[in-house]
Amino acid sequence: MTPRFMALATAAACAAALALPAAAQNTAKLKVGLMLPYTGTFAALGTAIENGFKLHVAEQGGKLGGREIEFFKVDDESDPSKATDNVNKLIKRDNVDVIVGTVHSGVAMAMAKVAKDSGTLLIVPNAGADAITGPMCAKNIFRTSFSNWQPGYATGVVAAQKGYKRAMTITWNYAAGTETVKGFTEAFEKGGGKVIKDLALPFPNVEFQALLTEIAAQKPDVVFAFFAGGGAVKFVKDYDAAGLRKTVPLMGSGFLTDGTLEAQGPAAQGLITSLHYADNIDTPRNQAFRKAYALSYKANADVYAVQGYDAAQLLASGLTAVKGDASKRDDLILAMKKTIINSPRGKLAMSNTHNPVQDFYIREAKGVNNESVGVAVKALADPGRGCKM
Amino acid sequence: MRGRVGKPCPMDLATFLIQCLNALQYGLLLFLVASGLTLIFGIMGVINLAHGSFYMIGAYMAYALAPIVGSTFGGGFFATLFVGLVLSVILGYVLEWVFFSYLYEREHLQQVLMTYGLILVFEELRSLIVGDDVHGVQPPPWLSGTLALGEVMTYPVYRLFISAVCIALALGMYAVLTRTRLGMMIRAGSANREMVQSLGIDISFLYRVVFAAGVAIAVMAGMLAAPVSSVYPGMGNSVLIVCFVVVVIGGIGSIRGALLAAMLIGIVDTFGKVFVPQAAGVGVYLLMALILLWRPQGLFKAA
Amino acid sequence: MDDTRSRLAFVVLAFGALALWPLAAGSYGLDLVTKIMVYAIFALSLELLVGTTGLVCFGQAAFFGIGAYAAVLMSPADAPASALWLLPLAALAAGLYALAVGALSLRTQGVYFIMVTLAFAQMAYYVVHDTPLGGGTDGIYLMMKPTLLGLDLDAPFVIYGVTLGTLAGVFVLLALIKRSPFGRALAGIKANEQRMRATGFSTYPYKLAAFTLSGALAGVAGFLFAVKDGFVNPELMSWHFSGAVLIMIILGGLGHLRGALVGAFAFALLQEFFKSEAIFGAFAKHWHLGLGLTIIASVALLPRGLVGLPAQWKQRLTGRRSAPAVALVEAGHE
Repeated sequence: MTPRFMALATAAACAAALALPAAAQNTAKLKVGLMLPYTGTFAALGTAIENGFKLHVAEQGGKLGGREIEFFKVDDESDPSKATDNVNKLIKRDNVDVIVGTVHSGVAMAMAKVAKDSGTLLIVPNAGADAITGPMCAKNIFRTSFSNWQPGYATGVVAAQKGYKRAMTITWNYAAGTETVKGFTEAFEKGGGKVIKDLALPFPNVEFQALLTEIAAQKPDVVFAFFAGGGAVKFVKDYDAAGLRKTVPLMGSGFLTDGTLEAQGPAAQGLITSLHYADNIDTPRNQAFRKAYALSYKANADVYAVQGYDAAQLLASGLTAVKGDASKRDDLILAMKKTIINSPRGKLAMSNTHNPVQDFYIREAKGVNNESVGVAVKALADPGRGCKM
Repeated sequence: MRGRVGKPCPMDLATFLIQCLNALQYGLLLFLVASGLTLIFGIMGVINLAHGSFYMIGAYMAYALAPIVGSTFGGGFFATLFVGLVLSVILGYVLEWVFFSYLYEREHLQQVLMTYGLILVFEELRSLIVGDDVHGVQPPPWLSGTLALGEVMTYPVYRLFISAVCIALALGMYAVLTRTRLGMMIRAGSANREMVQSLGIDISFLYRVVFAAGVAIAVMAGMLAAPVSSVYPGMGNSVLIVCFVVVVIGGIGSIRGALLAAMLIGIVDTFGKVFVPQAAGVGVYLLMALILLWRPQGLFKAA
Repeated sequence: MDDTRSRLAFVVLAFGALALWPLAAGSYGLDLVTKIMVYAIFALSLELLVGTTGLVCFGQAAFFGIGAYAAVLMSPADAPASALWLLPLAALAAGLYALAVGALSLRTQGVYFIMVTLAFAQMAYYVVHDTPLGGGTDGIYLMMKPTLLGLDLDAPFVIYGVTLGTLAGVFVLLALIKRSPFGRALAGIKANEQRMRATGFSTYPYKLAAFTLSGALAGVAGFLFAVKDGFVNPELMSWHFSGAVLIMIILGGLGHLRGALVGAFAFALLQEFFKSEAIFGAFAKHWHLGLGLTIIASVALLPRGLVGLPAQWKQRLTGRRSAPAVALVEAGHE
C-alpha cells in the first residue's frame, strides 16, 4: 500500500543515512574530530588549520603518543545555528575522543558549551572569543591560538610606546572586534594615551567610505583597526586610497595583514601590526616548519597553520605523558596544562584558564610577508576574567 | 563605547559633501546591479535569486581573466572588461535558453526555489574552479590615483570612474529603451506579452536578449567593483538582498525607480553608519517599510 | 474514500514510528529526529500560509528566531522557568511580530509580497545581529532550561517526547482548521481571491489571521529549538533558513499537511547524504552543489512533491489520471 510503502521507505532511508558513517571498528585508534569551515569565507583558514595539524601527525609517523589517529571531519559552514548539531554529530555519532575546532567564534561558543556539558576534550585552534577561556572555561577546553584581548593589548602597548596620544578605533560590531578593541584600549590608556572615538560597522559590511571620512575629519594620532579576511583587504585598500596612510598612521591586530598581503598590494606596505606569529621568525624550529609545510602543501604557512600544528603538539604532549591512554582524563589534562610547547612561533605555554601564554611580535608588512621587527610583549597572558575553574 | 549618540556630530560642509559623494558612488553601483534585476523582473516576470551570483561571477572574472587576457592579447584592464562582457552575454544567452526559459510559466514560488538552488550551484562551481581564497584586483595605473578634496582627505579616482561609468550605462539604457525599436518591443512585451506575440514579434528571442543584457549588466558591475570591493566567497549574497530592496522601493520594472531607490539607500546607509551605527543595517529596511506604507507598488510604475 | 483511508493510515504510521523511535535509536539518532521534528513544526506553520492560503512568505525564519530568542531572553538567569508560561509567551512574541509584518505586507501582492516578507525578516535579523538587544552576532546561551510540569526539558527523552507531542498537536490543530469554515475561506482565497472578493468576502482579515497564526506556530518551533540546543544566534533568522523551510514544504508536497512532515525529513536526510564523507569522499565538502541540483530537479520534476509521487507513478503507469489522483489534485488545489 502506498502510504505504508512511503513510511517504510522513509524509515529505511533514515537508517541508511545514520548507519553509513558509523565506524567504531578499530578501538586502538584515537578518534579526532575536526570541526572546521570547509565552505564559505573562512574555508581557506579551515584548510590551513587542518594542514598544520596533519603535518605534525605525519611528522610523528602518523601517531600521537603512540596512538594512531583516525580523523572525522564536519563542515561547520561558519554557521552558529548549526553548530550544536554539528558538534553533536562528532560526539554522539562518531564518538570522537578529541574535538579540534573552529575558526568562527559563534560556532566555537556553541562547541564550548556542548564540550563543557559532555566533558569531551576540546582544542580550539583559532576562535578568539574571550568567553571560551573566560566565563565558559572548563578544564577540558584548551586553546592554541589567542584570545581576542591579546593581540589588541599587544598593539596598544606598541602604540603607546610610539608616543601616540589620541587614537580612534574601527572594527566590525561583533565579539571579535569589540574584544580586540577593548584590549587595545586597555593597553593604550595604561600607556598614557586616550581613545577619542570608537567606530564600528555591522558585520560583515565593507562600505567603509563614510567612516574613513569621519577619521579624516577627526585627525587622530593613530587608528587601530581590526578586520580579517576580505574585509581586511578592502579596508586597507580603501584607507590608502583615501590618502589616509600619508596623514594618519594605521595600526592593527595582526589579522589585518595576515594572509591578505597579496590581495592588498602596495596599499599595505609598511603597516605595523602585532600578532603572536611572524613569517620570518628566525629560529630553526620555524624555518623547518615552514619548509615542511611548503613541501607538503605547496603553499606558505600562516598563523592558522601554526595554530593547527600546535594543537597537534599539545595533544601529543598530553598523550605521551599518559602513554596513549586517553581514559586517564585528569592526568592527560594536567599534562597538557603544564606542557611548554616548542612552537614555530616560539615558546608556547598554557595559562590557568588554558589560553596561550606567548610572545607577541611587532610585525611590518614587507612584500608578501609580515616580518618581525621586535617583540611587543613577552609571555603575554590573557587575564581570563570571569573564569571559574 | 560607539560614537557618542545624542551629542550633535560636528560635520562641516566639506565632510558633508564628501559623505554625499560616498553615498552617490555606493548608490550608483547598487543601481547598476539592481537595474539588471528589475529589467528581468519587470519584463519577464521572473524572480531571479541568482542575480547576486552574476555580480560575484563578474568580480571573479575580473580576477581570473586578467592574467589570461594579459598573456594572450597583451591587453590590460579594459581588455579584460571587454572579454568579460562578451563572455557574460554568452553566459546569459545560454542560461536563458537552457534554464530560465522554463521558469516563465512557473509560479513565483518555484522560480524562487529553482534560482535559490542555482545560487548554491554557482557558489560551488566557483569554489571548484577558482577556490575559496580572497583576492585583490588592481585597477589600471592611470585610474589608480587620488584626487584631493579640500584638506580633509583624498578621493580615489577609480571610484569617480565607477560613478561615471554607471551614469553612462544608465543613460545608455534609457536611450535604448526609449529611442530604439528594440526598446519599444521590450516595453510593449512587458505590458502585454500575448499582444506582442500576435503581432509577429519573436518574443522568446526578445526575452533571451533582455536576459543576456541583465546578466551582462550585473557582471559588468561586479567587474567594475572588483578593485574596490575585493573578491571573496559569498560576496553575491550581501548584494542580492539590498538589490531586492532597491527593486521593491523603486517599483518592479522601473529603471527610473531603481535609480531613485538606489540613491535613497546610498544616503540612508552612508549617513546611518556615521550617525547611528547600530541601526545602520536596519535603516534600509525601515526605509522600505515606510515607502510601502505610502505606496505599496513602489515609487514608479514600469517604464 | 480509499484515498482518505490511506492518508490517515500514513499519518498514524508515521507518528507511531516516531513514538517508537527512542527505543531503537542511540543518543545521536534521538537528537537528530528531535531536530527534524522541530523543523517539521516549522514547516507546518509555513504550510498554513503557502499551501493552504497561497501566500508565499519568504521571511518565516524571523518568527522562528523570535520564538527562540524570546525563550532565551525571557528565561530568568538563575532558576528554570516553567514552559507552561514561557512557551505561550514565545509564541505570542512571534505572533505579534507576524501581526505587524502581515498588516504591512498584505497590502502588497504577488512578487512584492514575497520580497517584502523577505525584507522584514532581514530587519529582524539585523536588529538581533547589530544591536545589544539580541547579544550580537555570536549569539546567547540559554543557561537554565525550562521545566514542564516538573519534567526537566534538558533530558533528551523528555525533549523528544515534548516535541513529538507538540508536533502531533500542531498537526491536529491545522487539520481541524483546514476543515473549518475559516480554513475553507483560506482555500477559496488560494484558489481565486478576486472571485472571493467579488462575492463580497473581505479577504484581508482572513489572510492576516492566517499570517499571524502561522507566525505564532513558527515561534513555537523556535522555542523548542532554543530549549533543545541551549544556544541561539542571529543565523536562525537568516533568509537561507527561510529558503530551506520553503524547500521542505515544496519537496514534501504543497497543500498537504503530511507534505510538511515528509519534506522536513527528506530535506534533513538529503543534507546528511550529501555531506557524508563515506559516500562522496573528499568531494563531500562541495555538498552545496548536490543539494542545489537536487532542489532544482525536485522543483522541476516533482510538481506535487514527494507526497504526490505515488500518484505520479500511477499516472505514468496507467497512462491516465486515476480517480484518487484527480481527487488529490482537487483537494490540494494544485
